[in-house]
Amino acid sequence: MTSQTPSRRPRSRARRRLGSSVRLLAALALAGFLYTAFAPGLAAQDQPLSPTAAEGEELYQRNCISCHGRNADGVEDRGPSLVGVGEAAVEFQVSTGRMPMTRQEAQAQAKPPKWQGEELERNVAALSAYIQELGGGPQMPAGTDLAESAEGAVARGGELYRINCSSCHAYSGGGGALSSGASAPSLAEATDRQIYAAMLSGPQNMPVFGDNQLTPEEKAEVIAFIQHLQEDGDPGGVFNLGRFGPTTEGLAIFLVGIVAVVFATLWIAGKS
Amino acid sequence: MTITVRPSALKRRRQQLRDMPAATGRGLDDRLQLASPGLRTLLNKVFPDHWSFLLGEIALWSFVMLLLTGTFLALFFDPSMEEVTYNGSYTALSGVEMSRAYESTLTLSFDVRGGLLIRQMHHWSALLFLAAIVVHFLRIFFTGAYRKPREINYLIGVAMFWLAFLLGFTGYTLPDDALSGSGLRIAHAIILSIPVLGTWTASALFDGDFPGTAIMPRVFILHVFLLPLALLGLITAHLLIMFKQMHTQWPGAGRSNRNVVGERFFPRYISKQTSFLLIVFGVIAALGGLFQINPVWLFGPYKAAVVSVATQPDWYVLFLEGSTRLFPSWEIRFPLFGEHFTIPTLFWPGVVLPGILTTLVVAYPFYEARKLKDKQIHNLLQRPRDVPVRTGLGAMGVTFWLVLTLSGANDVIASTFDISLNATTWAGRIGAVVLPPLAYWVTHRVCLGLQQHDRQVLSHGVETGILRRRPDGGFMEVHQPLGPTDPHGHGELEYTGAPVPKKMNRLGALAPATRGFLAPVERPSTPPTEPPTPNGYEGTEVAGTDQSR
Repeated sequence: MTSQTPSRRPRSRARRRLGSSVRLLAALALAGFLYTAFAPGLAAQDQPLSPTAAEGEELYQRNCISCHGRNADGVEDRGPSLVGVGEAAVEFQVSTGRMPMTRQEAQAQAKPPKWQGEELERNVAALSAYIQELGGGPQMPAGTDLAESAEGAVARGGELYRINCSSCHAYSGGGGALSSGASAPSLAEATDRQIYAAMLSGPQNMPVFGDNQLTPEEKAEVIAFIQHLQEDGDPGGVFNLGRFGPTTEGLAIFLVGIVAVVFATLWIAGKS
Repeated sequence: MTITVRPSALKRRRQQLRDMPAATGRGLDDRLQLASPGLRTLLNKVFPDHWSFLLGEIALWSFVMLLLTGTFLALFFDPSMEEVTYNGSYTALSGVEMSRAYESTLTLSFDVRGGLLIRQMHHWSALLFLAAIVVHFLRIFFTGAYRKPREINYLIGVAMFWLAFLLGFTGYTLPDDALSGSGLRIAHAIILSIPVLGTWTASALFDGDFPGTAIMPRVFILHVFLLPLALLGLITAHLLIMFKQMHTQWPGAGRSNRNVVGERFFPRYISKQTSFLLIVFGVIAALGGLFQINPVWLFGPYKAAVVSVATQPDWYVLFLEGSTRLFPSWEIRFPLFGEHFTIPTLFWPGVVLPGILTTLVVAYPFYEARKLKDKQIHNLLQRPRDVPVRTGLGAMGVTFWLVLTLSGANDVIASTFDISLNATTWAGRIGAVVLPPLAYWVTHRVCLGLQQHDRQVLSHGVETGILRRRPDGGFMEVHQPLGPTDPHGHGELEYTGAPVPKKMNRLGALAPATRGFLAPVERPSTPPTEPPTPNGYEGTEVAGTDQSR
């Protein structure tokens, strides 16, 4: 029993009520303050877009809005949110023609881009700026020759490529099938910037290779190796059989080898 | 000073030259007593002339090519697993750590003169070797050439296929590139999956765990010594038995179970074979020079962490890859004697399936003979259409094998033709069950249909293309009977399983044709002196041409 201890006289009901409302007000004020402090987006939205980004917004509203939604926050079952994907994603998807998409399917197919030449460059830059200013995200380095720094490191790039990339894009960069209709594309036509943007943004089924996984120098080395694969040519002959390995070789031995030799048997047996 | 050659000396020299073959032969015979009935029999062995009898020779000559190119490769290849750093002329790999085996393969390819060409020829002849074995086997199977007395040679043939299979696989392994390492890993897993024996066998073969350093020299000895030696022995036996027995031939006029119609071994057949050998060599060289095969420099050295999409074995192993991809992942676990045993999924498609297939292939000739109570000697082949059940079963087997082989490459098919990988897997699963019976049914029907048509021609004659109008206004086509007819106008020739002529050209409507490249060369015949004159057709022009001759 605590009846022995002297206790304060109970406060009146009115005073109790007053105290609790003051505390509630203080807590609300604190929460509001914290929210304003830690939610920069709210403040950023109020900032006006740069002229390039404004141009991008216009392009966005004409070409992307139907699937990615009014504020680029995505539409369910149609397109993902673009907040935070950064300019790398925009550059990869738009410059390879994947976006705008023709139809909903397992994954966006590469096709001739919507714009060509300088118009494409300008529009990609505008859309990139818009998405970047909208929600931030990975940014692309400048320039078109991104493998310049890795001229002599093709072999190292090859090792990185075989460990990180070949399981989907194949040893020779020809690409291959993934599950459920998705596929890893061939790298034969890819530009330095597209490869870099893909590694940085991890489009579709591809994992993101952020700067913690592959440093910018390592990315340059991988790009140098991929471009070397394309320029390497095929020392083994006129026909490389798609560099598919044993599958097309097996087809070739029947379609070319056995057919040629069986023709020879017909000829030899016929000439008696 | 002038040199004068007396005419008599020249004459004598010419005479000597002319006598040389005879003199050499006499000299050899004096010393070795070669002239014997045995040699005469050997040189006089008759080979029937048909293109399908040359399929086995493709295998034989590609094996010779394998020995020749393989010897060259062995001079430069080093099967060591020692870790080295590559510093050769292929810059995309310079400074990369790799095994000596892979390094010597690269050196062989890029720094040895002609090395890459020889390596590619070796690989192409390996593929051609196995392709020829399979095609030759199909010929033997579908024509019933395995029947008594040739069962032994049939079994030797099956054994040779598996030896060649192992030779191919060990050769695929040797370069120690990332592709061959993945293949070896799968082989290791298949060995491991065998209950009880697996773990022991695998650790004995690899001298511990995968991959270790012992496996490559062992694979090398298997590939360059033991397996080729065994194969060479079996090839010798195969050929000796083939020489000892009569050669099979197609049924036809003048051909019976007791004779062989064809040409002698010496000199005609042997000279043809020499040219055929050169053709096969030429095709292999062209393949090796024009078509890139197994570009190991793209694959990089084997590392456990490295793998690629479209990692496939060579085509003859592809059916096992396919069975592995199609088989559902059923893993059996059960306790026994207080221990826990597991039969991994891989055991069924990797060990049991090839076992069953081989057993079926080996057992078929004996099953067929037993079923038909057939103890006869057969030197005449059967046309596939005349044994619809066998042909159907064969088609069933080929279809099953094709489905598995295509499924082994289903990721390449999926990405090339833009099909979902899952769809190709399910297509393979359903196809492996549904298509073989369908193939049996279709083939059986086709065989019966072809037989039916032969019988129809024997009974009603060949269509002449001449239409007649009957008095009642109807039309009919005139048929040419192939032989004597009964009172109803039906042919009396028996069905013997020999080809039946189905065109008038083959019955002398055209002059006897010379044998052409693929089909006989038919020239317009010299018109007969008494042309068949249908009503209202008089042969004045014919008579005119006759006089001019």
